This record gives sequence, C-alpha cells and structure tokens, in this order.
Amino acid sequence: MKTNAKKTDQCAGKRVAITGGTAGLGLALVREFLGRGADVAFIARTPEGVVRVAQEHGHAHGIVADVSIKDDTHRIALQVLGALGGLDVLINNASDLGPVPLQLLADTECEDLERALATNVVGPFRLTKTLLGSLAAAARASRGAVVLNVSSDAAVTPYPRWGAYGGSKAALRHMTLIWEQELADTGVRFMSFDPGDMDTALHAAAMPDADTSGLKRPETAAREIADAIAAALPASVSEDDSVSARESA
Amino acid sequence: MIPASEPVHRPPDAKLLFVRRSGFLEHRPRADFVRLLQPADLVIANDAATLPASLSGIHRPSGRSIEVRLAGRRSLDPTQVDRFTAVVFGAGDFRARTEDRAAPPTLNPGDDLELGQLRATVARVLDHPRLVALHFHGTSGEIWAGFAHHGKPVQYAHIPQPLAMFDTWSAIAASPAAFEPPSAGFVLSWATLAALEARGIEFATLTHAAGLSSTGDPRLDARLPLDEPYIIPVATRDAISRVRARNGRIVAVGTTVVRALEDAAWANGQISAGPGLARLKLGPETRLRVVDAILSGTHENGTSHHEMLRAFVPRRVLLRMDEQLDAHGYRTHEFGDSVLIERNEPQRSPSGSWAGIFCDVQ
Repeated sequence: MKTNAKKTDQCAGKRVAITGGTAGLGLALVREFLGRGADVAFIARTPEGVVRVAQEHGHAHGIVADVSIKDDTHRIALQVLGALGGLDVLINNASDLGPVPLQLLADTECEDLERALATNVVGPFRLTKTLLGSLAAAARASRGAVVLNVSSDAAVTPYPRWGAYGGSKAALRHMTLIWEQELADTGVRFMSFDPGDMDTALHAAAMPDADTSGLKRPETAAREIADAIAAALPASVSEDDSVSARESA
Repeated sequence: MIPASEPVHRPPDAKLLFVRRSGFLEHRPRADFVRLLQPADLVIANDAATLPASLSGIHRPSGRSIEVRLAGRRSLDPTQVDRFTAVVFGAGDFRARTEDRAAPPTLNPGDDLELGQLRATVARVLDHPRLVALHFHGTSGEIWAGFAHHGKPVQYAHIPQPLAMFDTWSAIAASPAAFEPPSAGFVLSWATLAALEARGIEFATLTHAAGLSSTGDPRLDARLPLDEPYIIPVATRDAISRVRARNGRIVAVGTTVVRALEDAAWANGQISAGPGLARLKLGPETRLRVVDAILSGTHENGTSHHEMLRAFVPRRVLLRMDEQLDAHGYRTHEFGDSVLIERNEPQRSPSGSWAGIFCDVQ
C-alpha cells in the first residue's frame, strides 16, 4: 500500500487509530488512510470482523475491543501504541444508534440511552484522555496531532426518534469544541466531522425503508475526512522521534 | 513516613517540601509548584506509560502458581517485546508484602511458563534465582494483546484496593515502557502544563523505562535500578540547548529523568537525541552535569531513590529534610507528597571547571 502513497499527502507515515473499523465509514477510513500511506490500527468488537479486515488489509493492525467498556480503554491504548509506536491521529468513529428500531425518547429504555452515551460520548472521552499523552508527544515532535470525532446532523437538529443518538452526538460535538479550546496550546487539534447520510448498516438500521440510491458512499466521506485531517497536519513528518531516531548531522 | 494508601494522583491537600539551593527548607502546598520555578526554567518529565507488568500464571514443570513481574528490557522498540528481564514470585498476591511472599519454584533454563494467553520460556537464570531472562512466544502484536488482556499493574501492599491501569498512567503518559509508574509525574495535570506555559516556562519530555522499585529481596534490591532504556526526543534536546543558552535551569520531574539525562551527558556533557541505555547509578559521588533541580516523591532513607537525592544535596541537608518530612506528616510512596530540591553544589565557573563550596545556611 505504501508504494501507492502520494508523496505530498500529509497522512503518509502518520500513525492513525480508527474505532469501529470493520464496517461502514470506519472500514472506508481504514482503506483511505492505508491508501495514503498511513500506518493504521483499527478497533472493533467482533473478533471475526477484526480478523477478516486485518487479513484483507495486510498493513492494518486489528484490535478486538469495545470502546463502551472502561476496562478496554488501556487494552486499546497498549495495543495501538504497541502496533504503531505512537499516535498522530485518533478517529472516534464507533457509534451506537440507541434503540433499534428508533424510539421516541419517552419510549427509550434507560439501558439503550446509557449504551449510546457509553459508546458515543464516554468511550471517546476515555480513549482521548488516555491517548492524549501520545498525541501531545507527537505534537511536541512537530508531527502534528489530530482527534477527529465523527458527528452527525442529528447532533445539531432535534429529529424526533433520534433522541439517544442525537443527544449523545450533541454531547460529543460540544465536548470536541471544549477539548479544542482547552488544549490549543498543546498543538493537538480537535475536530468534529459530519459525514452526512451514508449508505451504511447504521443508516439501514435507523431507516430500513429509506431509498438508499441518493445516499453518500462511505468512501466519499472517508476521503473528505482524510482531507480535513491532512489539512490540519504539518506538511511533512519532521525529524523523527521514533525508536529508530538517529542524531542527524 | 506514612504510606499514601489511596491511588489519587493529585490530592487537594498534597504537600511539597521545597529545599532551596541554600539548604533552606520551606513547607508549601504542592499546588504552588509552578510558582516556585523561574521563567527561564525548562521542566522535563518522563512520559513513559506504565505496562501491566504483573503476569500471573503457572510454571509448567512444577505446575505451581507464579507471578512474573517484568523488570527490564534492552530497548524501547515496540516491535521488540519478546525478551524481558523479570522477577519471579511464588503463589500469593499483592496483599502480602513482597518480603513475605512465597519463593517461586526452582527455575531452570528451558522452563515453560503459561501466563494467561501468553507463553514464555525461561531463557536464562541470571545472577539471582528469582531473576530470569524470559522469552515470550508469538508476534509482537500477540504479545501486546497478551499484556493488554492478562497483565495487571504491579500492585502494592500499602494500597489496599487493587490498582487499575487508570491509576498508573500519568496525564502525559505516552509510550508504554515503564514497569512501575514514573510517579513523580502524577503531579502534572494539563492545567499544570498550561500554568507553566502561561509563566513562559518550557516543558519537554523524555521516555525512560522506569523499573521496579523493590522486590522484597535485599540482594535483588541492591541490584536496582537495572539498566533502563530511554529515548530523548529531538525537541527535548533542542529545548535543553535553548535553556543552556539563556542560563536557565533544568528541572527534572522524577529520578528517572535525572538518570536518563545524566547518563546521556556522561561522555562529554552534551545531550544527543535518540535512544540510550542508562547504566549510571546516581548517588553521593555523582557530579550532575545537566539537572539543576528535581521534583520527586518523598523517599525513605535507605532506598535507592533516597541515595540518588544525595547527588543534589549533602547528607546533612537530606537528614534535615527527612526530619521535616516525618515531623510534618508527609506521605510517601507512589501517591504521596513531594519534594522540590534545588541542586546544592559547587558552581560551574565560566571556564567550565568546578569551584566553590557547599553552602548550608539555616
């Protein structure tokens, strides 16, 4: 894959972790960043899915874990850092729709809301907090560092029956803005990205009867996300701080 | 001193004993740390994250329960995780003090160990029957997954509730390289780093594989610290050059930072970026070439960390410091209170030679 990398792409050589990387937008992101010459680790819940995607993409490091479980936080961090040797880009993409089929908030079970919050808000918070030391180290080394949280128009528009998802995505989006303000001096950039309505399993679960012909392809959204991240990264990987670092003359 | 028994990184009532360069001692709230520095200073911390270095399992030849504590590695390359130095304990857990733990079965080269999903072989028994060279089987990805799922942080008998990984990673923890937390760094929050920035104080990091603090065996403890790999980033080398050019001070957060920097400068006083292996043991004979002050946890007389502080101040100052720590109820160990010690030492004369006398007024 690396031989296909565009030499000028800021993502080449970057160390990228993507949650929810075996389906939909996450899988498209894994492929997009591999295609740009990044070193990619992806996280997903099912061992079968992780093994399948890892086998199909020889350079990607697959990690079986669930971002909604607190004890998985350091399991993810250890394996991401073990695989990549550091981290430049974290994409919190794994999402939980809440109750399926969608329900009015008044009909939503507490457990369904809690699960959506755990996956869409608390999980990204824990993972960001735990990997922030590595991201800040990348920023200090002038590699640049970005956390991108996948958002939704449901985070800003109160669509009926999207309460668990929309409420949790609104919290994620708001916290992204606060992270960005609070850590501006560290050089770690935070951004939300609304990929739009895509032809994914999540969309099909939410709106099983919808006409999918007009939906955006996840590959298109993945390219837009990679472009947005590339724009936030410095032009090239500077003098390197990795294990193989050598004193340059 | 009283052991700190709660795994709280920054208790609101944390104390700091400030040992000025003159030898003058001053009790401060630890929240004052940033105010005690000077605007030209450079603060350097160890950003090693803590490995879940305690692996319980079975010694296959005897069928007996063991606990393996990873203790050393030759490099920090994340793809090189198949070979470790390790200390082996017998059955039991952290609720027993290490010195009271059962001895492990006799270990021999070639013995297979079953550690959760991990498989390892004793490659060599080193110069102590409980200190071994271990060889883990599998790819580096499989070994990392094994550590992630089966490993636990090294636990302490003085902390009754089991430590979680969240308890052992400092705010700035990055590369998983330490066997026990570089706990001086618990002082640092992101708000602290912002306060440094606001005062114009530079901040930099290095990564140093902090080793086990004690094993409960006096003969093994006498060997500590083992050789420890470290990496000094290019940005940190550059920050050191800048601070030296402006005659600012270098403030190390923790003894591991002192060890890495002084080891790196051992040859000619210059710091080069990149990997190194710290062999240097710091003590009263050490002439510090880089570090001007240290923020450290409190350490009890007789420990290797306490000895290391003698590189900064003469024995009589340390003894007074110990008296004050005891008299004022300072807490010790990983989650305890802190000391900030300015180097009390002859000044470098402009020619680079050493001159002057210790001053110790109070």
